[in-house]
Amino acid sequence: MSNKLLPNANVIIKGTKEGLTLHLDDSCSFDMLLEELEAKLSANMKAPENKPSISVRVHTGYRYLTEQQESRLRDIIAAKKTFKIEGIQSNVITIDEAKSQREASEITSMAAVIRSGQVIEVPGDLLLIGDVNPGGQVSAGGNIFILGALKGIAHAGKYGKLDSVIAASVMKPSQIRIGDYLNGAPEPNSEEQSGMECAYVDNGQIIIDRLQILKRIRPNLNRFEGGF
Amino acid sequence: MGEAIVITSGKGGVGKTTTSANLGTSLAILGKKVCLVDTDIGLRNLDVVMGLENRIIYDLVDVVEGRCKTHQALVKDKRFDDLLYLLPAAQTSDKNAVTPEQMHKLIGDLKQDYDYIIIDCPAGIEQGYKNAVAGADKAIVVTTPEVSAVRDADRIIGLLEKEEGMEAPKLVINRIRSHMVKNGEMLDIDDITTHLSIDLIGIVVDDDQVIKASNQGEPIALDPNNRASVAYRNIARRILGESIPLKPLDEEPKGLVAKLKKFFGVR
Repeated sequence: MSNKLLPNANVIIKGTKEGLTLHLDDSCSFDMLLEELEAKLSANMKAPENKPSISVRVHTGYRYLTEQQESRLRDIIAAKKTFKIEGIQSNVITIDEAKSQREASEITSMAAVIRSGQVIEVPGDLLLIGDVNPGGQVSAGGNIFILGALKGIAHAGKYGKLDSVIAASVMKPSQIRIGDYLNGAPEPNSEEQSGMECAYVDNGQIIIDRLQILKRIRPNLNRFEGGF
Repeated sequence: MGEAIVITSGKGGVGKTTTSANLGTSLAILGKKVCLVDTDIGLRNLDVVMGLENRIIYDLVDVVEGRCKTHQALVKDKRFDDLLYLLPAAQTSDKNAVTPEQMHKLIGDLKQDYDYIIIDCPAGIEQGYKNAVAGADKAIVVTTPEVSAVRDADRIIGLLEKEEGMEAPKLVINRIRSHMVKNGEMLDIDDITTHLSIDLIGIVVDDDQVIKASNQGEPIALDPNNRASVAYRNIARRILGESIPLKPLDEEPKGLVAKLKKFFGVR
């Protein structure tokens, strides 16, 4: 990297259309980095008052920031009133974070009847081969697919993923939740609806429709990677 | 080495005790050595239904706490020659007087001497239930064609499936009223079995004689001509491994020909 050649070039400030990007070197010590950042920001930035604040992105390269370090970094930048931190990016994450990220994108499949009083919870998507009986509950961080009858409670997008969907071969839930949205039992006229159905959030309310429309409204469900 | 079967339901009043009494009686009629165990401590009534109440000397808690030997507490049913015994529950203690470990040991001991141990479980899913299922190898879940009973049965099946070493539970649907099912006013058998998705082992029709019989302390299974009695005996035979087709309901023959055949007694 070219900045290695220059002394005191652990912090590089670059201007982009969106604002400033601070590239922080990942091989020097963290204290050195903070010192230099402090100096550079004070020296270069004598912005006049009443100007709109400049958004700043921080890129820490291959340095892992602990929560404490991150808050110190934020304090220094925020102390200069003209800056607003948009985000801190890093090339590295901890194993725990990596694990939870992987879990959140995994499909957990299980063959079971979820009976009254039983609760199933998965971090990612859930593929249930069996029924959810009244009084039973399934919840997932992502989507819920049920090859069977949903007669109990299903909660998709538990942690706020609002584009999550719930699909079931027989959709007769006692309650459906997606993120914070909630829907009681669908109207009794759904007796006529034979065939599979799905639930999704649209304009702040949960809609139940036939399964086939998911292809159109949730193209991100398509994970097929290959040519045909 | 015998087999211990717990009769449970979750909900109260669906006929656990009646089913226990009649299955025990039916198995004894079929020549098996049976011990009925009432685990409804504090609210015992299997002894009343069996008509053995006034012969109780010791009870389950006495046995578990070592105040008497197991055989001293067993009440022999004199209608059967040495085939049917009852271990009554205590009336003066509560469910916490016994632990699942103690029950496991007790049932294990009884299995040495009897072909079948029928355990009558109390309603609920607390201590009493845990005690009742502790020593059991198999479970029979009793339900009635009511939404509340089916819901509780579902809960109980979920709990039974988590028990280690327990076979998949079997279902008895009790108190079916054929005319209500025909009118569509009652859950029918198919609704219940698809919902609970376990094997059905018997269907018992609602019959006034059952109540009359248990009030007299004579289990209905002793009456060979009663419909409910036949149902209980069939369940007992299915427990023994015989394959007897399940007849959904006693269907009246339809059509003129069938009616004439019935009139002339032709089958």
